[in-house]
Amino acid sequence: MARITMREAISQALWEEMERDPNVFILGEEVGVWGGTYAVTKGFYDHFGPERVKDTPIAEAAIIGGAIGAALTGLRPVAELMTINFAFSAFDHIVNEAAKLHYMFGGQFVLPMVIRTVGGGGRQLGATHSQTPDAIFAHFPGLKVVAPGTPEDAKGLLKSAIRSNDPILFIEHATLYQVRGEVPDGDYTTPIGVSKVQRPGKDVTIVTYSKMLEISTKAADQLAKEGIEVEIVDLRSLRPLDMGPVLESFKKTNRAVVVEEGWKSYGVGSEVVSRIYEEAFDYVDAPIQRVAQKEVPLPYNRALEQMALPQVEDVIRAVKEVL
Amino acid sequence: MAEIVSMPKLGFDMAEGTLVRWVVPEGGEVAKGNVLAEIETDKATVEVESSFTGVVLRHLVQQGTPVPVGDPIAVVGEAGEEVDLASLGVGEGAAPAPATEQPEIAAEETTAPPASEESKPESKPEGEPEAEEIPGLPDGVRASPLARRMAEDLGIALSKVKGSGPQGRIIKQDIEEYKKQPTPAAAPVSAPSPAVVPQPVFSTVGSPPPDETVPLTRLRAAIGRRMVEAKVQVPHFYITHDYDMAPVMEMRAQINALLPDGEKLSVNDFVVKAVALALRQFPNLNASLGDGAIIRHGQVNVGVAVAVEGGLLTVVCRDADRKPLRQISLEVSTMAKKARDGKVRPDDIEGSTFSISNLGMFDVDFFTAIINPPEAAILAVGSAREVPVVVDGEIKPGIRMKATLSVDHRVSDGAEGARFLQALELYLHEPLRLML
Repeated sequence: MARITMREAISQALWEEMERDPNVFILGEEVGVWGGTYAVTKGFYDHFGPERVKDTPIAEAAIIGGAIGAALTGLRPVAELMTINFAFSAFDHIVNEAAKLHYMFGGQFVLPMVIRTVGGGGRQLGATHSQTPDAIFAHFPGLKVVAPGTPEDAKGLLKSAIRSNDPILFIEHATLYQVRGEVPDGDYTTPIGVSKVQRPGKDVTIVTYSKMLEISTKAADQLAKEGIEVEIVDLRSLRPLDMGPVLESFKKTNRAVVVEEGWKSYGVGSEVVSRIYEEAFDYVDAPIQRVAQKEVPLPYNRALEQMALPQVEDVIRAVKEVL
Repeated sequence: MAEIVSMPKLGFDMAEGTLVRWVVPEGGEVAKGNVLAEIETDKATVEVESSFTGVVLRHLVQQGTPVPVGDPIAVVGEAGEEVDLASLGVGEGAAPAPATEQPEIAAEETTAPPASEESKPESKPEGEPEAEEIPGLPDGVRASPLARRMAEDLGIALSKVKGSGPQGRIIKQDIEEYKKQPTPAAAPVSAPSPAVVPQPVFSTVGSPPPDETVPLTRLRAAIGRRMVEAKVQVPHFYITHDYDMAPVMEMRAQINALLPDGEKLSVNDFVVKAVALALRQFPNLNASLGDGAIIRHGQVNVGVAVAVEGGLLTVVCRDADRKPLRQISLEVSTMAKKARDGKVRPDDIEGSTFSISNLGMFDVDFFTAIINPPEAAILAVGSAREVPVVVDGEIKPGIRMKATLSVDHRVSDGAEGARFLQALELYLHEPLRLML
């Protein structure tokens, strides 16, 4: 076990998979010579060369369109979109083509492509560069949406994603790159579509993923001092959504809080809470709470931005609300 | 958008129900799942739940009106919404017609509760806190879904539980705490019906009273119909067996010494469990005659006949072969009470695969019962009484109970019935087997 950052974990996954399979290549804005906006692909260009680490124009539709074409012809592209906010420029290619070609052409093609992108707020990048539109992409059948919350999961899930024959949107969080965590040595993969209990507890279930895992864990640490044992279930992927561990935990605690960074309306929490009510109604002992971003375009001002984003205190308050 | 609530089908043979009382008046708010009205079927008075949330815009039938299953009874929608019956697929003909014939009665009934309401004792033992009803909530109480389910499983009336959650919501913890309290005599329904010993009267002086005509209640009529059907169509035969009940009585005394009042086991509870286990060995008697075939049921659901005002109902203890005695006892007594209060749910009275009629509390030697179609057999249980018995050539006091099995000859024969009664003896003679 090595204690490395999320950035290193993702970088290692890419490196190892490119070494493992010559069909894997990277394309995106500034991924080559510059080494990636978040420095994930630093050194790749020199090692793997311009054929496999391709700098592209600032044209997201072209990046995704090119990746789709490459995937259809047998390569395994890892396309990087500098932020998920720019994915809207490639929305048609992502949801109308990548998500549907395999289905619409009777399974003649597979699309072994990964779209790596960066989501989330908290870095004062303004309303258009700080969004968490994960649920929008998770809405579309045919597209898998993965969003890890720990370095271990990030590495294992990205390796699974690259080896998968399905199109996968892999959402990294802008403020998690420096977070350190234990990562197993050697080659390992983490299955996509499997939720995980990241912290066992018996009093209340927190369902969350990505950056909000960190926030929820901090809240759980504080609540533990008051004798409240929180169980945290990390979804890790939004599609396929694995409700098994969530329901199992909920049937034990009978109380839940769903914590997400995106807006509450039509969000991940809406989906998870509905599923709990549908599948475990008889186990509900208190109305389930959702913690989410305030329903405003995210402010630039630092204080206002933090107020709009879900904070540890919000999670603690919600947990106490359901207890 | 306005929605139609229809007369639900609450039993497999229910064709119509009489709407006896509107619980939510026109203009009243109702949430999905809330009780909208009470209806009387052939078997019981049951509650109709609203399938929608909103405001009751229109009652489509008057109280006291029989309504065929599936016919619209009410319109639920948003406050102030115009009701266009035609667009909802309701012919104006279905609108409240009978009002013209009995306007006074209808008007009276809206203010005064119907007879069944008056006669029911409304389960209020003294000294028990009863939460104030909150209109619009299921059962009139605020409770979490989990608490509701636990209360139902345990046979606890939510109105008696104090809620500690927000706004007084009853939560899991409250049910658990309530469960721990000793139950203050939840009607010791040992036997399915309270035995009222008739008091003697003196001979009447003067002229006899005139004849009295009592119209058949729906329940009376339904019993009549079904019993005629059973007696005419089902070739019954009967076998009586005499059981030594000393072992059961001894074990019951031991067990009941440990149990609080109100939870003590009745002889009938032992009989239910013993019958259920014996039926496992005799699937042919846990059966019904279908179309050219005998359907042997996988589940053993024992019906227990309960005397109610003006008739009887059979409450169903499901999977009785798999339940511990205490659970059987609690379930049967809870359902029997609901039956007597006219509050049984369709689930309580549907789906039995074999029935027991126990008149033991009336000091009955033995009797024969009519099969409850489509079941294949019914056991009529007499009293467990002290009688002289011959043991090793000597006369000694013993406790004996006679039980008579009625069997549908189309399904089974005498030998099988007799073997079943013998198998039953194995359990009653060694009641420890009922605990395993």
